[in-house]
This record gives sequence, structure tokens and C-alpha cells, in this order.
Amino acid sequence: MGDMHALIQLMREVEDQLAGCMRCGMCQSVCPLYAQTGREADVARGKLALLDGLLKEMFDRPDSVRERLDKCLLCGSCQAGCPSGVRVIDIFIKARAILTGFSGLSLPQQLIFKGMLAHPALFDRLTQWGSRFQKLVTRPVNDMLGTSCARMDTPLIGRRHFKPLVEKPFHRMVPSLDISPGRSGIKVAFFVGCLIDKIFPQVAEAVVSVCAHHEVGLLIPQGQGCCGIPALSAGDTRTFRRLLMHNLDLFPIDAFDFLVTACATCTSTIKKLWPLMAERENRSVRTQVAQLAQKTLDISEFLVSRNIFPDARQYDSVAHSVAVTYHDPCHLKKSLGVYTQPRILLQAANGYRLEEMAGADQCCGMGGSFNLKYYDISSRIGAQKCDAIRRSGCQMVATSCPACMLQISDALSQAGDRVHVRHVIELYAESLKQNGDCPAAHQT
Amino acid sequence: MSNTSIVKQLNILVGTPNVFSDKADLVTYSYDAAVLEPHLPMAVVRPADSEALGKVVAFCNTEGLPLTVRGAGTNLSGGTIPQRGGVVMLTNGLNRILEINSEDMYAVVEPGVITAKFAAAVEAEGLFYPPDPGSQAVSTLGGNVAENAGGLRGLKYGVTADYVMGLQFFDVEGRRVKTGSRTVKCATGYNLKALMIGSEGTLGVIDQITLKLIPPPRDRKSLLAVFDEIERASQAVAAIIARHIVPATLEFLDNFTIRAVEGFSHAGLPVDAAAILLIEVDGHAGQVAEESDLIEEICRTLGATDIQVAQDDAQRDRVWAARRSALSALAKLKPTVVLEDATVPRSKIPAMVHALQSIAGKFDLAIGTFGHAGDGNLHPTILTDKRDHAEWQRVEAAIEAIFEEALALGGTLSGEHGTGLAKAAFLEKEIGRGAIALSQRIKQALDPNRILNPDKIVGG
Repeated sequence: MGDMHALIQLMREVEDQLAGCMRCGMCQSVCPLYAQTGREADVARGKLALLDGLLKEMFDRPDSVRERLDKCLLCGSCQAGCPSGVRVIDIFIKARAILTGFSGLSLPQQLIFKGMLAHPALFDRLTQWGSRFQKLVTRPVNDMLGTSCARMDTPLIGRRHFKPLVEKPFHRMVPSLDISPGRSGIKVAFFVGCLIDKIFPQVAEAVVSVCAHHEVGLLIPQGQGCCGIPALSAGDTRTFRRLLMHNLDLFPIDAFDFLVTACATCTSTIKKLWPLMAERENRSVRTQVAQLAQKTLDISEFLVSRNIFPDARQYDSVAHSVAVTYHDPCHLKKSLGVYTQPRILLQAANGYRLEEMAGADQCCGMGGSFNLKYYDISSRIGAQKCDAIRRSGCQMVATSCPACMLQISDALSQAGDRVHVRHVIELYAESLKQNGDCPAAHQT
Repeated sequence: MSNTSIVKQLNILVGTPNVFSDKADLVTYSYDAAVLEPHLPMAVVRPADSEALGKVVAFCNTEGLPLTVRGAGTNLSGGTIPQRGGVVMLTNGLNRILEINSEDMYAVVEPGVITAKFAAAVEAEGLFYPPDPGSQAVSTLGGNVAENAGGLRGLKYGVTADYVMGLQFFDVEGRRVKTGSRTVKCATGYNLKALMIGSEGTLGVIDQITLKLIPPPRDRKSLLAVFDEIERASQAVAAIIARHIVPATLEFLDNFTIRAVEGFSHAGLPVDAAAILLIEVDGHAGQVAEESDLIEEICRTLGATDIQVAQDDAQRDRVWAARRSALSALAKLKPTVVLEDATVPRSKIPAMVHALQSIAGKFDLAIGTFGHAGDGNLHPTILTDKRDHAEWQRVEAAIEAIFEEALALGGTLSGEHGTGLAKAAFLEKEIGRGAIALSQRIKQALDPNRILNPDKIVGG
């Protein structure tokens, strides 16, 4: 542990941004965590006051501040609604990095981030073994949701109903791909992301088939790594940097027109946090990161905003049968303002109609490692989402983020609900297939 | 009693999970939304029921511990900043709506209920709770009563005080006191609830509130009047009131604020206007039509260059959302925002607007002026950076000048934000020595040990 003066010097980096908080307290109205606990230290205003207190030398040790700072979903609801426009997430990410640099990572964090996540090939192998091993300790609980739970009392699984690791992750189905564009004239690179690769490979398959259908060129480089958010949210900037460099090498900026992902969190990390954390890199890295961020789009945003898929209105008169409700991932709506595009895509998926749930943009409570550390609070927030889904009367919920899919599956499975959890792109891909790969045929 | 044994006792009174004494938690209850120095309390308690609340009050009195009650902590005059080493009592453990009585049009609530949630619950029953302070999305009804909070609708519908039918509170010794009733009229005993409303937690601790509800208006219409001279806009405000028309809301935005709001909300506000008035009339359809015609006529006579009438709810909502974002939009421009709320009789609005402009010039400060002009309650908003000491001194001087001007015009230091710490030192100038002395005698009688939110209103 370093000395407090050195820490305070480092913290000066966020001092100006901290001054922007006028302590109005409006973040209380949107913070999903505060709604559960009612504790000021859990809401952005309290955390910003604590960082301010740290700067003003009110603490001899940073541990108590760090503990409270880490208790956050990083959903960005506060930032999206902040009257003063305080860049709350930027501050929290930077402060976590500074505090972790000062106090270090816990042993499990070191093992996970430095030992596994930082080495994509090793991480792939370890999860592969995990997928075989998991059957010994878990059993299926809900066939519709495909969730499992622990056979016996295990601390890591707890009472979770989780989606198991698949036997054949996406990178083994499609190790790499390089297809030139057809009539669309556009080529995209696809950043798969860990959860889609290892738990929801069917989402990645859907991306591939939709691109093929619309004759969009596709680049999937071999050996992709994690976007780095788990490491970054724990303040592990070294692992993050390693992953950033690894991914930069794999995605040469001139080889594609857009970088698409089907994971809200990956999209938001690449667009917002990569440039934030690359501030101290050399100019060529900064430029590369900035260009990549510029080119990165959520898959539905890409399809809708680039007019890749045919005009949604042509499907209007087709009889829609299945009611689907949509959950807005925080990292898509609150971080990037993307919420109409997934809905447009959903409505374009033949055979589905959109029924809004109450509070569609309220956080599901996942928050990545927040779920691991504060499972009780996380699952209470998840249960509220589950209620909203149930009240919508839909038998299917769609979203745009595999992390939300995990959390919602857990909440629904715990409650014994039989509601399908799907990614928007899956529904769209299936509708293309069902319609004989020819959307124009359905014009009336 | 040592700090450790005090915390131990508090644990017994409210249960261990409801007592916070770790320094990091204390820091988060040391401030409110006022631009004032934070004070670190010694412990924070969150009673989960009314009994525990009463016991904490009695305990603090016995031990001579300063006690500050806190709702959402959105106070703009420092009313929820605790005394150093004191106890903060949170009301968010008491947040149930106990009853909404549609037949008799009243509701009974605990103090920690959030204003906007309550208003929505009331609306779902087909009734209307008008007070709408700017912080309603987070503010608590207990805090609204303790501060006598206002809002945009004050002009026609009044402020929180106008809706409090009854209160239940604990006196400093922890005895439960009931005042008021569920009846429309009530003429028994001293009007203790009137004494409690706006007393900022200095006389007792509220634990139950009975609120009056009214039927919602059947029709409404929103107008936006554009002026190319600020004086003409302020004259129009005075003229509307002088014609004895009482709109539901009559809001004023100066050019500085219009530009900030438009840059933020893109609602289509005229950025070249010197000032605009946002006006809403409500009531029966006939009354709405008649009053909006009259208002249009007055504004035109006084030189409004354009008058737009909202054609549908979407347009109406967009304009009002823009108005509600005024403070946010201004706040984004500079790190520190000082929101004042000196209030004058409505005929003096033109003089006050003029004075604010010269104060901004004299002290070389950026001041955006917007607010509830229709009830005389303007919000001159000073944009600054508290870390700039030279400028901060000019800010403090400007605040005093605003106070002087408001009082000279027969107004008040605060329309709705309260006295708290921020205005305690200036209070005598407004209410006089006699009122201060009587207030101090009341305080002495009700709180002889001076533990109830010390330093607020009448000082220590």
C-alpha cells in the first residue's frame, strides 16, 4: 500500500469533474441500488462526496471509500439523468483504477483477471474444461429458459439459476471468417464478446446469418479477447490494457467499415471506456482507439441506421402473432442512447409484435461482478424486472445484451416463470429463415 | 456518554442494521443541496417505525445530542446539514402511504414518502395533490412539510402548508402530539400544525401527515409568450395578476436561461427572445378559454412579439419539460450553482427583474433568472466556481444585495427554500427583533436543551 499523499495526487485527475456535482440528489430517483437500500453511500451523490472527502484528506486509509465505490452496478442511470451532466461513470472507472493501483487486487481477482482473462487462449481452454466439469455439480432446473442450479451447496453458484457454459463455444464453431461484401457494399468486423462466445453462441450465429442474408461482408478475427470491462470495473488497468492491445491488433481499422457487437456492454466499453482509458497512450494508439470507437455499433443500430435491412414498414400488414416485450440494457440506452433501433428490428422480425413493459429501461440488476458480490441486492432488482415482464403478459422477452439475458433468466427461473429470453438479433435472424430468406416476398 | 456507548444505545433503540457510524457513511450525510460547508455527524439512524423514531428523539434530548432529521437531503438552505458530532435521523424507513381516502379527499402518509410517488398514487385514484417542488422526484413529504415547500403551481394552488390538514409529531421528550384533523374545518386548540409547518425540524419531529386532496382540473391550456424586452415580460406578469387572473402557473425565463435550456432540451424555444413567459390556465373549459384569451390580449398589448398556444399534450409536455430543466441546463455551465429564491409582491416583479440585471452587472457575475414570476418567486441563479475565491466573494456580496432589494420591495428572503443556515443571519432584517425574540421564546419552551436541528432559523 502506498502513502495517502501520493494517492491524493493521483486523485487530482478527477477533481475538476467532481466539482461539477451540485449535490442536488436527483440521482436518488433513478439509482436501482439506492431504491433497494436507501443508503446515501450507494447513490452517485454519496460516492462523489466520498471521493471529494478522500481528496480533502478526510480519510487515513482509502479502504472504506473503495468498498463503497465498488458497490455500484455501473449502469449509468445517474449519469444519464444528471442535471449537472457529471460524467459519473468516467469518474468511478478512473477512481477505481487509482484506488486499485493503491491497494491492489484481491487474490481471487488476481487469479481471474491476471491469470485468466488477460490471456484469451488460456481463458478459452479453461472455460472449455469448465463446460465439461459443470455437469458434475449442477443440474437443469428450467428447460424453457435452459437454466441450471447447483446440485449441492457451492459458494460460487449459491442459489443462482444460471445459464451453463456451452460445450461448443462460438469460436470453435467459427474460428475465423473473412467474407467480402455483396450487394450491401459494406463490410463489418464482429466483436463476439465472452458471454456470447461461451454461453449464447446462437446469438453470434444469428449475427453471421443476418449479415449473410443482407450480403454484408464479415470479418471475424481468430483469437478474440474480452473487451476488458470486468478487469476495468475492478480497477485492474494492466489486464485491461493487455486486452485492449490484444484486440487492437486483431481489428485493423482499415479492414472493415464498422465494428459490430451484439453485446450492449461490449459496445459501450469499446465506444466509451476504451477512449477514456487510452488517454495516456501514445498518439497512434489513441487515434486507433478513437477510430475504432467511432466505427463501433450495436448490431441493431448498424442494421437500422445504415438502412441495411429493408424498410420495416413493409411488414406492417403481416399478421403478427407472438407478443414480445423488450428490456433496454443500461449500456445501450443510458450509455449510448440506442433504444429505438432494437425495437424497430424487433418489429421487423416477422411473426412478432412488441408489447412494452412498464419500466423497460430500468436496470436488471446484473452489473457484472456486482452480481457476484451482492447477489441478494442484485436478485431483488432482478425480481422487479421479472414482475414487469410478467405484467406485460408476454411469453417472451427480448433484449440486446447477454449479461441482461443471464440476469433475467436467473430471475425468471427463480420465480418458476416459463418465459423465453431471447436476443433481438436471434428473433430477426429466425424470421429471415422462416420467410425463406426473402423479406420482399412478404410485401402486401 | 462516550460515542461508543451512544452508538450502542442507538443500536438498541432502532436495531443494529439501522445505525451507521462508520466515517465513510457519516460523510455521506454531512451535506445537502445548499452551497455550504458539510458538517460530520457522529451517527446516523434510520428508525423503521414510529415508536423507534420517538425513542430516538427522547434519547437525544436526554443525552443532549443535536438531532437533525433528513428526508432526501435536497434542502437548498442547509436545513438538513447536521451539527458537528450530532445525530442524523433518516425518515426513509418510514415511507408508507397509510391511506388515500377518495370519499373524503384526504390521505395519511408517513414522512419518508416521496412527493412524486405520492402525487402519482393520488392521481391513480382520480384526485390531485398540487404542490410540486422542483425536487419532487426525490423529495419527501416530511421534508416538504418541514420546509413548507412550494413549486410551480403555488400561484393558484398554494404551497405545502395549504394541504396539511393534520400532523402527528413527537415533542423533544418523545411524547406523541396530534394536531389538526381529517375534517375540512377544525377550530379546536392552538393551531400547532401551523407552528410545525416550515419549522425545519427545530420544534418537533413529524411522524404522520394528513394531506388534503382536491379534484383535478378538467381542462387546461398552455401558452408561450415571447418578448423582445425583459421589462415588457415582467410588466405582463404584473398586468395579468392586476386583472385578477390566476393562472395555474406563470413562469418567467430570461434570455440567459432560454439559451441554456434550449441548448440542453431542444424544445424549440426562441433563443433570441429577451424573455419568455410560460403560462398555463386550468379549470372548466369555459373558464380556460376565457382566461387564455384575456392573457393573450394582455401580452399583445404589452408588446409580445409572438404567442404560441400548445396544440396538444405532447407540445405542452415538451415546453414544460424544458422549463423543468432550467436549473439543470444552467447547472451544466459552471461547477457551482447558487439558487436564490427571494420573493416580492407581484406588482414589484418588473422592479425586481431590473434590480437583478443591475446586480449581475455590478458584481460582474453570470446570473440566469427564471422562476415562478406569477407568485413573485423568482430564482436568480448565480453561476460560479466556488474554488475561485475572488469571484466567490462577489457572489456573497451579490446575494446580500439581492436580499436587500427584495426586502426594500416589501418581499421576503425565501419564497420556498426555507431559512436554514443560509439565511438565519439575515432573518432579523426581514421579520424584526420582536419576531426573533418571540421565536426564540417558543424555541426555548419547546426545546430547552436546544437539540432539535440547532443553528437553523433562529440560530443556536
